[in-house]
Amino acid sequence: MSANAQMVAKYKNNFLKEVQEQVEMGEWVKMCMQCGVCSGSCPTNFHPGWEHPPQEIFMMIRAGKREEVLTSPSMWMCTSCYNCIVRCPRKLPITHIMHGLANYAHRLGMAPKMQPTRHFAKLFWNNCVKTGRVNELKLSMGLYFKDGFGQGIKNGMAMKDVALGLLKAKRLNPFEMLGGHKCKDQNGIHAMLKKARELEEKRKAIKAAA
Amino acid sequence: MAKKEYAFYPGCSSQKGASASNYLTSVNAMCKTLDVKMTEIPDWNCCSASIGYAEGGELPRHVLNARNFALAEKHLPGQDIVATCAACWLGARESKERLEHSSVLLQDTQEALNEAGLNIRAIPEVRHMVEVLIEDLGWDALSAPVKKPLEGLKFAGYVGCQTNRPFGIVGENFENPMYLDKLIETVGGEAVPYDQKVTCCGGALAFSEPDKAQAQIKDIVESAYDHGAEMIVTPCPLCQANVEIYQGHVNKKYGTKFHIPVLYYSQLMTVAYGGSAKEAGLDGQVIKAPKLEAIAGKK
Repeated sequence: MSANAQMVAKYKNNFLKEVQEQVEMGEWVKMCMQCGVCSGSCPTNFHPGWEHPPQEIFMMIRAGKREEVLTSPSMWMCTSCYNCIVRCPRKLPITHIMHGLANYAHRLGMAPKMQPTRHFAKLFWNNCVKTGRVNELKLSMGLYFKDGFGQGIKNGMAMKDVALGLLKAKRLNPFEMLGGHKCKDQNGIHAMLKKARELEEKRKAIKAAA
Repeated sequence: MAKKEYAFYPGCSSQKGASASNYLTSVNAMCKTLDVKMTEIPDWNCCSASIGYAEGGELPRHVLNARNFALAEKHLPGQDIVATCAACWLGARESKERLEHSSVLLQDTQEALNEAGLNIRAIPEVRHMVEVLIEDLGWDALSAPVKKPLEGLKFAGYVGCQTNRPFGIVGENFENPMYLDKLIETVGGEAVPYDQKVTCCGGALAFSEPDKAQAQIKDIVESAYDHGAEMIVTPCPLCQANVEIYQGHVNKKYGTKFHIPVLYYSQLMTVAYGGSAKEAGLDGQVIKAPKLEAIAGKK
């Protein structure tokens, strides 16, 4: 049974309980009083980026709209500006709840497949933990070539003026492609992160089994 | 002996050849003048920034930051950790808060750290460089070394998000923090009031969803121009990069003619303290700042 099917079977129609137990900071969702200040404070909600802004997401969780929430591109619109956190009259850690929901949807394989920020977030994490430090050049290349080689060349060309400017200012180093900056104890970093992931999954499994 | 000593967490973007390498150059010069000793945390690692959440999850994110805490404690005991990058500061400080709040998270973190032969006893304080300037040194100490006041120059102090929210600088207002304006004035410049001081630059979405981020960047730059600023100043490496390097794309998209330099507070301070353009990292500007270069070049 897939991880997603397991969670559906365990929590049945109680999506709020699932979020409270399985999502980082999910226990705060029930505190939302639907004032909408978060949605009105979100920079990407103005453009408009969100299919369902945070206030709606909170109500949908309570209404049991599991599929709609987890497959929504909404949470991926978060720029981590923390405006919603500081303005929320009930002090909900909204930014972290959005990150938590996005992470949960991503781990369950429910998040929209080609969502660019989902792709970038995965790329960023894998990039930084590989050597312990971000390799900016490989990160950019990984992003441009997301939709295949031809599109990658096009994306790269569209960015060439930006890249040239950075290159001239010595803020982009082509030799990063060959290795670049790194931590000495990479084995230690990999081992501790592997353990962390195991421990996190174990804690979640205990809650789901209770 | 230096006046103050700190465990320095420079962060990935400030490394040689990386996008904020000129920030580090200017911080080094500024700290030398102010007699602040910054010792790099040996073998420090990435904080995973705010975008690390999706793949990283909760515990691995905190464990990454905890490794830096453990290394700082081990090699530089008794020293506060100081970050120059807004995201490093935020990520590390958030992990500190969560680990101190939850014994379960801390216990799991210790178990994971053990795999790398490390452990935490007491997590050091995690500070941003501007906190060190304002709280530990104070305004008088910051104005004392000024040799070349930046008279007649108008700056838009762009605080942005992550040095301002959710933690911010103590005593400041989230909607209209004043510390950056005060820093500008301390080195003799003029801080123009404008309405996009704490607007988000789009953060990581500048890479993944450029149209959305560039709409925000346009608002910020436009407002700086409208209120008479000649340059923008920021404490955050991602704010700096996003607002500077995409001006060309914004111009193409919106028919604007933006070409405004975007600097770090530490570059202003280095120039005002009598440092050269090179010491201030002005050669690292994609959009050059000739007015500042001229002051730096004056005898």
